[in-house]
Order: sequence, then structure tokens, then C-alpha cells
Amino acid sequence: MSLSRRQFLGWIGAAGTTAAAGSKATAATTHHFQGYPDAMAVLHDTTFCIGCRRCEGACNAVNELPAPEKPFTDLSVLENRRRTTSKAYTVVNQKPGNGSGPMFVKNQCNHCLEPACASVCFVKALTKSKEGAVVYDASVCVGCRYCMVACPFEIPTYEYDSAFSPRIMKCTMCHPRALEGKLPGCVDSCPTEALVFGKRDDLLKIARRRITRRTERYVDHIYGEREMGGTSWLYLSGVPFETIGMRMDLGVTPAPELTAGALGAVPMVVGLWPVLLTGIYAMSKRKEKIAAEEKALAVAEALTEADERAAAKLDATMEKAEQEKTAAVEKAVKEILTAEAKARAETEAAAAQDPQATGGNEKDA
Amino acid sequence: METIFTLQAFMLHTKNITYVLMVAALIGITGFWLFLTEHDDE
Amino acid sequence: MSDKTATTGQPIFSPFNIVAGFILLVGGIITILRFTQGLDAVTNLSDDNPWGIWIGFDLLVGVALAAGGFVTSATVYIFGMKQYHAAVRPAILTGFLGYALVVLALHYDVGRPWRLPYPFIMQRGTTSLLFEVAACVALYLTVLFIEFSPAALEWLGLKRARDIVIKLTILLTIFGVVLSTLHQSSLGALFLIAPSKLHPLWYTPYLPIYFFVTAVIAGLSMVIFESSLSHRFFSHKMDAVHLAGKDTVPLGFGKAAALVLAGYFIIKVIGISAGNTWHYLATGYGAWYLVELFGFVALPAFLYAVGVRDKNITLIRWTAALTVVGIVVNRFNICLVAFNWHLPAGERYFPHWMEIGISVFIVTLGVVVYRFIVTRMPVLYEHPYDDVP
Repeated sequence: MSLSRRQFLGWIGAAGTTAAAGSKATAATTHHFQGYPDAMAVLHDTTFCIGCRRCEGACNAVNELPAPEKPFTDLSVLENRRRTTSKAYTVVNQKPGNGSGPMFVKNQCNHCLEPACASVCFVKALTKSKEGAVVYDASVCVGCRYCMVACPFEIPTYEYDSAFSPRIMKCTMCHPRALEGKLPGCVDSCPTEALVFGKRDDLLKIARRRITRRTERYVDHIYGEREMGGTSWLYLSGVPFETIGMRMDLGVTPAPELTAGALGAVPMVVGLWPVLLTGIYAMSKRKEKIAAEEKALAVAEALTEADERAAAKLDATMEKAEQEKTAAVEKAVKEILTAEAKARAETEAAAAQDPQATGGNEKDA
Repeated sequence: METIFTLQAFMLHTKNITYVLMVAALIGITGFWLFLTEHDDE
Repeated sequence: MSDKTATTGQPIFSPFNIVAGFILLVGGIITILRFTQGLDAVTNLSDDNPWGIWIGFDLLVGVALAAGGFVTSATVYIFGMKQYHAAVRPAILTGFLGYALVVLALHYDVGRPWRLPYPFIMQRGTTSLLFEVAACVALYLTVLFIEFSPAALEWLGLKRARDIVIKLTILLTIFGVVLSTLHQSSLGALFLIAPSKLHPLWYTPYLPIYFFVTAVIAGLSMVIFESSLSHRFFSHKMDAVHLAGKDTVPLGFGKAAALVLAGYFIIKVIGISAGNTWHYLATGYGAWYLVELFGFVALPAFLYAVGVRDKNITLIRWTAALTVVGIVVNRFNICLVAFNWHLPAGERYFPHWMEIGISVFIVTLGVVVYRFIVTRMPVLYEHPYDDVP
């Protein structure tokens, strides 16, 4: 039977296709996932941001979050670096600019295309919706806070002060409002063009156009286009992104790929470890068995040898005993014979001394 | 069957199946070992 | 083997009982605070530092140090080294208690502990390594429970049930090794998702392998460490076999630990090379990394070797303690010290005293329960059934 290598590989390929038939996505080796088509996104052009904090106020209102210590009109809070908290889904930070006044940058959940938080959630409480938002379901959340560990943007927060119903708190991209056809609260309230809501593909085109038209105004980078596999919040800046507090060292690897190798090893261990371990067990059993057999054999040999030796000894003893017996018999016979001879001699001697008696006897005979 | 658009969804889909297969594998290999060694003592 | 010393020989107010009682009392009070006031009342956890020592110590260290169970049972039942048989039951018991306490500690750490079964009964997030860890820990705790049950069944005099479990020994052992391999390594893999937060010296794709290898080292060292403690405090509960094995376990397990540590040292250096992180060694974090690498990997490997060559049991025991400290240092480094290294000092985490209080409380609970069990059940001596495996 001749089987060409090509044919063989073809069969393997066919088997692969069959296995993947359950889902329309083919094997991940060559397929590049593009994310949900027509998913919505927000473009944040930081060059237009004036640090008015109206987005913060609107966010607070639409999400019914508790009132802050200082009102949203108080701009003094901008002086300190702030991060999202369980009471503020978004914060605006002020950064020293490039000579023409300070820069402002809004910070909130970036709604990754491949969210690290969703990848690590062991109850699927966090999911990427087809509308673009990364949404959270508090009704199943256990509160392990792995999402907070995983998020490269340090966005999810936790209600540590709640004893009975603590939740992960983070921007929802106003997902409920988006389903009603409304704009996210922050975008709706923005008095400038710093926030634009739209389809991600369209926003990328707008961003690119802005960069090419005003090269002096922008750095040539759309933050979020590729960071961590891409995000649904896109940023433009007039200064390098590091200087407005955005990390450029996150890489472009989608989060699920970071753990894909480790996850892929799991079924290999499950499949092969029992085989390996059973093999080692069988080997040690076999060794034990051989050792036991050898021991038994050695014991048996030793026993046989001992038997033989014992038998030989017995024979020797028997022989000796026989010889001794014979000797004893011979001796006894000898003694008897001697005694008889002696007795006869004595009788003869006595007869010689008393011939009459003897002669009388003979007469009788 | 829904079309899969994200790597996360793809991995969820494949890992779900993998976990089922792993349980089957552990039970299966145990049974196979018993089948394999059934006559060893004879 | 009488219970004399455990029940009537010692007064209730022995130093051990007083200290343990005090810790348990304080722990109880913090427990009430935790479950009525929330995490904020008793921890320094924050939005930047979601995992503290309840994960770093109670989970990561706890699971690593409880590896003695699978290491010892594999040595004896799979590799067939029967000379260490006496070490199996104490190791299984500490393993079982270790995992039980890890699960207990998780109830403190997670926000809604009553939902801990949700990943299995509600929605399965199978892309999460934490799902894998949770599934394996739950299954392995069950395996350890069954593996330990013969001791309890012998104590209760249920010979028939015990004999059924004894028949499953090999199956349980192999299952235990598979599960341990998976979750010990997956605990390391938990951090693979955060390359931007963990210091590059500690972040490597080899993390799961490192965690598994260190778990083996931790298991071997803990068995030596525990056996030395047991010989000191529970020798009156031991039979002739256990007493005779006083030196066998440290010598054999010490030799194995020395070898595994040497291998671990090699793959650690290869990790630096693979990540090309040599230049970080010249920084402050690098110095600390070298302390871990040489002080808690190379040094114990060497000391174990010397102890085994010279048959110096005392040295082996001290080395076991050093190695265990090394494991704690390693897990703390990955979870707490090198994690969030990019944050300014003011935003870094340091445990609240009540977090430490709960960790001490949980360890104490383990010691008390271990003491309760070994003074009653046939752990350090063999039950007079003829076919103990």
C-alpha cells in the first residue's frame, strides 16, 4: 500500500475540519479574530479636553453613584493623580503639557476587544458584549478580584466596605443606555469634541484623518488601536502618551493569549500523566516482582542445597551407623565365637582330665 | 451555532469542550487500564 | 498506644494550650469583624492591591507546603520506595489539613464566600486559570480526604469500609499527582495574565513550571520538617517502625530535595536568559532576586548535599526549615513584592495586623487539629490490621 505524505496530511486536515465543525470559527492557528463587527467605541481626543469634569459628573448621575466629597465643579482635585474607585467610574487627570498649558486625560474602562478581566473570570461575570461594552454581572460574582489583578489598565475596583454584597465597580460604557440608543453619559455631557461615540472602525478612520491632517497637533499613534489586542476606547494625544500617564509598554498581545499556553498544557497533563505514572508504577511493581522471584529462587536453591547437604549427611551417618552396626555385629559374633571356642577348649580339656566320663558318654552314644 | 468573533469566545468554546474531554479521559484511561491488565494474574 | 498524655497527662492550662487559646480567641474576634463589617475593616486591600497575604500566604504558600501529601504517596506507591512508608500517613494528614485550611482562608478573602461553588454550579469560566485551580483544589481535597480516611476508619473500627478504600490506593495516588501537577503549576500561571504588573525578573512564561517544581521541593522539605517536629513532640505516639525511620526520611528526602533544588536553580537561570532580563540583576529588585536565587535555592541545595553526604540529620532538618522559608519568600515575591512594582511606594500594599492575625489563626487551627488527630488516630503508628498498604 502506498500512501503519499500529501494524502496523509490531507486526512489529518480533514479530521481537523471535522473536529472544528461544531463552531463556525476555524482553528485559531491562522485565524485572526477581529472582534464584533459594528461594535461601538469612544474616541477620546485629549487635545480637546479642557478638564471641566462634566463627564465625571454625568457618569456619577447616570450610574447613580454616591455624591463625592468635593463637587464636580471643584477643579482643585485635578492637582493630584487619581484613579477609578468604587464610587467613581471615571476620573480626569491633569498632566503638564508641552508648554501650551496643562493636558487633561480621562481615565475609565477601556473596554478591551479581548478583555483580560473576562479571560480570568471563573464565573463569566465579565463578558464582552457584541455592542462593544465589557459588562459585569454582579449576581454571579464571587469576589475573587482576579479581574483587578489582571487588568493592565488598573480599572476594576471593589466595594471593600460592603460585608454582604460587595461588587466589582467599573465603567459600563453606559451599556444599558446604548441599548436604548442613547449616548454614554460622559460623551453626552462633553462640551468639546474630546469625546466621540461611534463604530470603532469609523472612529479609527476619524482618528487617522485627524493625525494626517494636523501632524503638528498629534503624535502619530492611536492609543487603543492595538494595545492589549485593541480597546474600544481610542485616544489621541499631542504629547507622548507616557507623559499623560498612559503605559506604552503593555504590548499588543490580546490577554487570552498570555494564558493560552498554560491552559493548553492542562489537557496534556491530564492525558499523559496517568500513562507516565502508571508506567512507572508498573516498572516498580515489575522490579518488586523480579526481586521477589529472585529471592524465592535463591531461597529455593538454598533449601535444595541444604536438603542435599542434609541428605548427604544423613547418608554418611547412615553408612557410619551401618558400618558401626556391622562392626558391632562382627564383634559380637567374634566374641560369641571366641567364647564358644574357649568353652569348647575348656570342655575338651575337662574331658581329657576325665576320660572315663567322656568314654562313658561315648558308650551311651 | 453563533459565529465566534473574539479569541476569548473561541477559547471559552474550546476549553468548555476540553474540560468535558478531560473528565472522560480520566475515567476512560482507568477503564482501559483495567481492561488491559484483566488477565495479568492468570 | 494509650491516650494518657493527650487527655489526662497534661493540664488544661499548659503553655501550648494558653498560647493556642489566645490566638484562637483573637482570630475569632477578627473573624466576626470580617464577616460583619467587610474586608475594609480588617485588611489593607485596595483597588491597586486586590490580593494580600490571604492569597500570598494562605493560598499560594499553603498549597505549596501541603504538597508533601502527593510527593510522599507518589514516592512510596508509584516509585515503590517502601522504606518511606511510615511517612505517608502524616504527610497525607498534613496535606489534607493544609488544603482544608486553604479553602477556609479563601472564605475570608473572597467577597461573597457563600458563592464559592458558583464557578461549578452557575457559570463555568473555563478560560480562567483560577477555574482550573478551583476545580483541582476541590477535587484534590476530596482525594486527600479519601486517602486519609483509612486512619479514621481504623480508629472507628470500620474495617470493611477501610478495606475498600485501601484497594483504591494506587488510583487515588495517581489521581492526586495529576491534580497536584495541574493546580500547583496553575497557581503560578495565575500571574501570566499580568506581564505589565509583575517585575520582569519574576514574570516568565515558565512560571507554572517553577511553581510545580518548587511545590515538589516544598513537599519534600515539609515532610522532613514535620517529621522532625513529630519525633520531638509525638514520639510517644510512634511505633517501632516510625521510630526506626527517624533518619531514613531526612536522608532520602533530603537527597531528593537537593537534586530538585539543583534542577530548579538551572531552570531559574535559563528563565533569566530566555527573558533576557540580565540587566535587571544590577538593580535593587535584582539584588533581592539574587538573594532568593542564591540564599534560598543554591544554598539549601548545597546544605542538603552536605547533610546527606555526612549523614548529618541535624543539618538536613535546619536546611528543610530554610527551604520552607525560601518557598514563602518566593511566593511573597511573586504575589506581593514584585507585583505592582511599577506603583509609587505610597500605593504599595503592606498587610494590616488583622490580616496577619487571621493567617496566624488559621495556622494555629491546623496545628491544634493535627495534634488532636495524631494523639487519637493511627497516623504515627500502624493499626494492627495485617494488610496496611
